[in-house]
Amino acid sequence: MLKTVRERPSLQGLVLISPTMFWLIAFLLVPSALIVVISFGARGSYGNVVYTFKLDNYVRLVNAEYGHILWDSTWIALLTTVACILAGYPLAYFIARSHPTRRSLFMFLILVPFWTNFLIRIYAWMIILRGEGVLNAVMTWLGLMNTSLGQWLFSQVQLYTPGAVLVGMVYEFLPFMILPLYTSLEKLDPSLLEAAADLGARPWRAFLRVTLPLSLPGIIAGSILVFIPAMGMFVVPDLMGGAKTVLVGNLIRNQFFTARDWPFGSAASMVLMALTLVVTLIYTRTFGFGEELVP
Amino acid sequence: MNERERTRPGRWLTLYAIAAYLYIYLPIFFLVLFSFNTSKFSVAMQGLTLRWYGDLFNDKAIWQATTNTLIVAITSTIFSTIVGTAAAIGLHRYNFRGKGFSEATLYIPVIIPEVVMGIALLAFFGQVGLTLGLPTIIIAHIAFSIPFVVLTVRARLQGMDRSVEEAAMDLGANEVVTFWRITLPLIMPGVLSGALLAFTLSLDDYIITLFTAGPGSTTLPLRVFSMLKQAVTPKVNALSSLWILVILVALLLSQRLQPRRG
Amino acid sequence: MTDFSVELRQVTKKFTSPEGTPVLAVDDVTLGIRDGEFFSLLGPSGCGKTTSLRMIAGFEQPTSGEVVIAGQAMGMTPPFQRPVNTVFQSYALFPHMTVTQNVAFGLEMKHTPRADIQKRVTEALAMVRLPGMEKRYPKQLSGGQQQRIALARALVNRPKVLLLDEPLGALDLKLRKEMQLELKTLQREVGITFVYVTHDQEEALTMSDRIAVMNMGKALHVGTPTEIYERPNCRFVADFIGETNFLPGTLAGCDGKRATVDCHGLRIIAETDHAPAPGTQVVVAVRPEKIRLHLEPPNTPNCFAGHIENVVYVGTDTRFEVKLAGEHRLRVRQQNLVSTPDLTAYFGGHTDVYAAWLPEAAQVLVE
Repeated sequence: MLKTVRERPSLQGLVLISPTMFWLIAFLLVPSALIVVISFGARGSYGNVVYTFKLDNYVRLVNAEYGHILWDSTWIALLTTVACILAGYPLAYFIARSHPTRRSLFMFLILVPFWTNFLIRIYAWMIILRGEGVLNAVMTWLGLMNTSLGQWLFSQVQLYTPGAVLVGMVYEFLPFMILPLYTSLEKLDPSLLEAAADLGARPWRAFLRVTLPLSLPGIIAGSILVFIPAMGMFVVPDLMGGAKTVLVGNLIRNQFFTARDWPFGSAASMVLMALTLVVTLIYTRTFGFGEELVP
Repeated sequence: MNERERTRPGRWLTLYAIAAYLYIYLPIFFLVLFSFNTSKFSVAMQGLTLRWYGDLFNDKAIWQATTNTLIVAITSTIFSTIVGTAAAIGLHRYNFRGKGFSEATLYIPVIIPEVVMGIALLAFFGQVGLTLGLPTIIIAHIAFSIPFVVLTVRARLQGMDRSVEEAAMDLGANEVVTFWRITLPLIMPGVLSGALLAFTLSLDDYIITLFTAGPGSTTLPLRVFSMLKQAVTPKVNALSSLWILVILVALLLSQRLQPRRG
Repeated sequence: MTDFSVELRQVTKKFTSPEGTPVLAVDDVTLGIRDGEFFSLLGPSGCGKTTSLRMIAGFEQPTSGEVVIAGQAMGMTPPFQRPVNTVFQSYALFPHMTVTQNVAFGLEMKHTPRADIQKRVTEALAMVRLPGMEKRYPKQLSGGQQQRIALARALVNRPKVLLLDEPLGALDLKLRKEMQLELKTLQREVGITFVYVTHDQEEALTMSDRIAVMNMGKALHVGTPTEIYERPNCRFVADFIGETNFLPGTLAGCDGKRATVDCHGLRIIAETDHAPAPGTQVVVAVRPEKIRLHLEPPNTPNCFAGHIENVVYVGTDTRFEVKLAGEHRLRVRQQNLVSTPDLTAYFGGHTDVYAAWLPEAAQVLVE
């Protein structure tokens, strides 16, 4: 049965969509185009934009001074994604395997912190990871701070280290990974695992050969949902990484506020988008596309 | 469906889940706990007090920021809900030239990094000569809320039985009457969900607001950030705890709106 | 000529499939449905019957051709301005309204005064034998009840034509048979034209005054149930309706209505309305119940020796597979007039028989 939408191009449809399109074109597409244009410009002496066509900004970005920022951002985003997969998969699996009536409760419990403002959540971790924070207190109480191992561990995640940034990022992005993973795992037909067992597969092998491949769309969807925003993240590094950790997001922010070099900041944005796109493309080419991208 | 109940999560998995939930909730727990701490800095609870909440209520800057946040959230929610619902209906029911382009454009705010959207708007407002203030924040919030409203309402539309609309028309209702009496009541849960989503996104937004706010138009997230960067007192904890409470209530409300499924 | 309630004049509907190829859902269909008639559109899935109905209702526009209702060409008139009402396959009751609000909806649209609405709703509910359901919501009703409310909602508006899109499909067998009877009686009482879409031939044959058999977008045969059954005009109709034996052959000669066909060794005398030329490739269609099996050759024109290959006892009749000379196989059905549990009484013991049928019972169809 062919889907019967009004076939003739309709005026009513255009009328209904035009406010939205106007808004998005005016306040999304046009500004984005503006950024592209500015990225080829230069900084005027008063901090204004001089419109020329130069690749100078882009060249600046890839040289030694700023190149490592791009590298660091990509690296942290990748680490965050992997950490989210490793931390989130067992949790999603747990919820998917729970009693059906409890599942929505468990998911709700995961979403509650997610809906609170993320600044609050970061602050919560700042309290814990501070030099005199909760983690220190607990470890001291356990006597771990007397050992060199304990001290080393603490120094890795202490506030204002890259480790702290990672902890913050994972905390922030975990729900983005869990949701699609859960959706994917929940659809899994238990009789498939029973069939695997019937054919002689032990639980671990059944997991590797049946569950994991079938949950791949969820993993991919989750990875995309984590990686893309993580690339542009600057709040977490700013608050938890201190001056030591500068990522692309911070760079862009600084260019627009402190340094007032809009063309350079725009070029950085372009590179950020390009980098994100490239990594995402490589990823989806290798692993395919997740159908669960839309919640 | 009965087969699913046979597979229960194992011991280790349950343990891990407990640990994971602790990881998720402990930070919040400490946050709320310390909002009652008499001591400013110490980790140990030295006494219970409501002093920080009191400080909060006396902080004029915070009241201003709260008012601003609410104005922005309510305005942008109303606008984006109406506009977004109209767009969802247009996309669902009709075919028109540029439909593919519209659908693609709606995805952009979802995949663009917030930083980029923020600076784009900043540059745009600068070029157009619009001074930064509450209006510019509202414009930005509407821009990123609309796609989410469209998505939510569209999902609800797709689940709706189309023949009900046809039945209404068959019985003499024209398109407008059909929309008001039949379509709108039936998609209302979706519309309200979308509105709630838009409202929450607006309340929470930091990054885009950072770039589109003017000196006199601070919102709550911006204020919180500057409080975090400066001297940190448990006042922040108090503010955060209240915020969490508000969100919790809103979430519970939205759960009520979901139609009971099987 | 023009006491047609609904007419389709050379109506064609073209869709484009997702791959981009054009699909003719309805192909140059011309039909006239008479006032007060119970008219069925019958055919397999995808034959165009529902699309045709939707064009009458106004939910689809013909690509070419005209839909005429009560003498007026409908053109681009939207559904809410047409004097027809539809009973939908899924009932399409408004879930957020009570039964009364549902049934009253059409009357509300016409700005009927409130007192009248109340009266007519009560009448309509009585007519479908569901009084007292006024305050219920659709989800509180059973499938059969919902179906009747959908009917009431349409009928209360006293439309000139009622369109029904496979309304009984979701009901179980017993309920369906009851509803068939009720619908037919209702139609007689109310006197409105019913245009009924179904894929169930028994339903169509039972309820209709006339039937249009459709396939692949075309209306192949329009006629009364008897005409359709006894004198199908083409192979598809003969095959789709009931069971038929097909014997291909060449036309030897024609004498008025009688035709002689040479079917690979069998000389069959059948009837035809068309008088095709001798030498044409034709097919003789004869229904299983029209064939009689005899132990001795009877004195009838079509009598052929054969061999019983298979016997199936079905209670009311016995079905046989008989092999004639020349690789022809016939399916034969005979009513069990003898009452005995002894199977051998039903030709079981004898495998050599004579199959015979009257010329009027066989049609010559041109492919």
